[in-house]
Amino acid sequence: MDQHTVLRVEGICKKLDGKTILDNCSLTVNRGELKVLIGPSGAGKSTLLQSINCLIPPDSGEIYLEGCQLDRTDKVALCAFRTQVGMIFQDFNLFDHLTAEANVAIALRKVRGMKADEARSRAQEELARVGLARRTQLYPAQLSGGQKQRVAIARALAMDPKVILLDEPTSALDPELVGEVLAVIRDLASGGMTMVMATHQMDFARALATEILFMERGRIIEQGAPNVLLAEGSGTRTRDFCQRLLEMGA
Amino acid sequence: MHSLQVVYDALPSILAGSLVTVSNVALSLFMGLLLGVPMAVSQVYGGAWLRRLVALYVWFFRGVPILVLLFLCYGLFISMGLAVNPFFISCIVLGCTSTAYQSQIFRGAIESLPRGQLNAARALGMRDNMAIRAIILPQALRLSLPGWANEFSILLKDSAICFVLGTQDIMARTSFAAARTHEHLALYAAAGVLYFVLTLVVLKLLRRLEQKVHVPGYSSGIGVESMGMG
Repeated sequence: MDQHTVLRVEGICKKLDGKTILDNCSLTVNRGELKVLIGPSGAGKSTLLQSINCLIPPDSGEIYLEGCQLDRTDKVALCAFRTQVGMIFQDFNLFDHLTAEANVAIALRKVRGMKADEARSRAQEELARVGLARRTQLYPAQLSGGQKQRVAIARALAMDPKVILLDEPTSALDPELVGEVLAVIRDLASGGMTMVMATHQMDFARALATEILFMERGRIIEQGAPNVLLAEGSGTRTRDFCQRLLEMGA
Repeated sequence: MHSLQVVYDALPSILAGSLVTVSNVALSLFMGLLLGVPMAVSQVYGGAWLRRLVALYVWFFRGVPILVLLFLCYGLFISMGLAVNPFFISCIVLGCTSTAYQSQIFRGAIESLPRGQLNAARALGMRDNMAIRAIILPQALRLSLPGWANEFSILLKDSAICFVLGTQDIMARTSFAAARTHEHLALYAAAGVLYFVLTLVVLKLLRRLEQKVHVPGYSSGIGVESMGMG
């Protein structure tokens, strides 16, 4: 087992109502890598990410974090695993009744067992890191979409995760707000954070991905460095897909 | 003027009865809150048999009239050789009934929360019971307040029926005075006003509580915002 492998997922399968959503998906993420999942809607990108931390329990397959296999039936182990695997959702999922600061602090207190003031100052630190030092006392409904997503990122970062899963983090945002969230993710990537991200932002993927994984009908059908997969004349499904995205003006 | 005098004479007794009414309703509401919340949680997140058990309870107490339940409970106490305390029986019957209704108010509120709230809490490593206590219930209880205020006003008025067992509430004391003086119109009008004032005062207080726990921008803005997000 490679020392640098943070997350390894093998042979994940998931069926819903007899329909195959994930068909034998495997991926390995090494420390500091950013793997980008792309593919048409309904390809299973989101389901794959949510299967990795068992928000959608996979039917079969194995998940390893730093070489340790996750026992999904062990609730304590599953909770411990989730604290080490951050998750960013498409629609933010901030806790609507809590301020930005409390959104970040609550898991520190309840899960990590930190004291209230300790958790609060850690939350302020993380919010400052995503550029929201002056928004700590606002409630989610008082924040813009981009600010909400940055709070969500701060909330995940506060748990000191070993890897962060990002499920189309900019898809629910107005176009002018996409940039501020991507900038935060770019900073994380250059800071060496290990990440798996589903996205339709091809320029971002091309510039920052260590590797692109192209998904279609529940399978990872192509995988490789962006400059290889997207090279002119490569004839890959990935390139074909991106070309069509461009034509649609996305 | 005679009827006003009658009302005036009966007033101390009727006001004392309002204490009984208020404690009866308060205890029943509190019991409903205490049992209704865990029942709602079990109905949403619990296993199949637990959900069925709660559904059965709700079905029974929503289906049987309070008057029938009062006599049923009374009969039960008699047959078990227990001392019959009308106030105690009233509280149990109203409490059990209110539990059924309140559990459905809370269930509706819990189910109206976006599914992502629980997922986000789980993704942070929270256990389900922790997530329900820290994330789901604080939001669900806020959403429940208007329905809960409704439940209070219904329960207050339903409590009047407990006079059949001899609970010394507003209704019992009014009917006693009316039987004695034959001033039905004036006395029951006074009782009606008393119920009305009680409802008004408590609903005002609950409304103030609702405003106090209101999360800035929450619930009023949600629909509009998510429409703009598409």
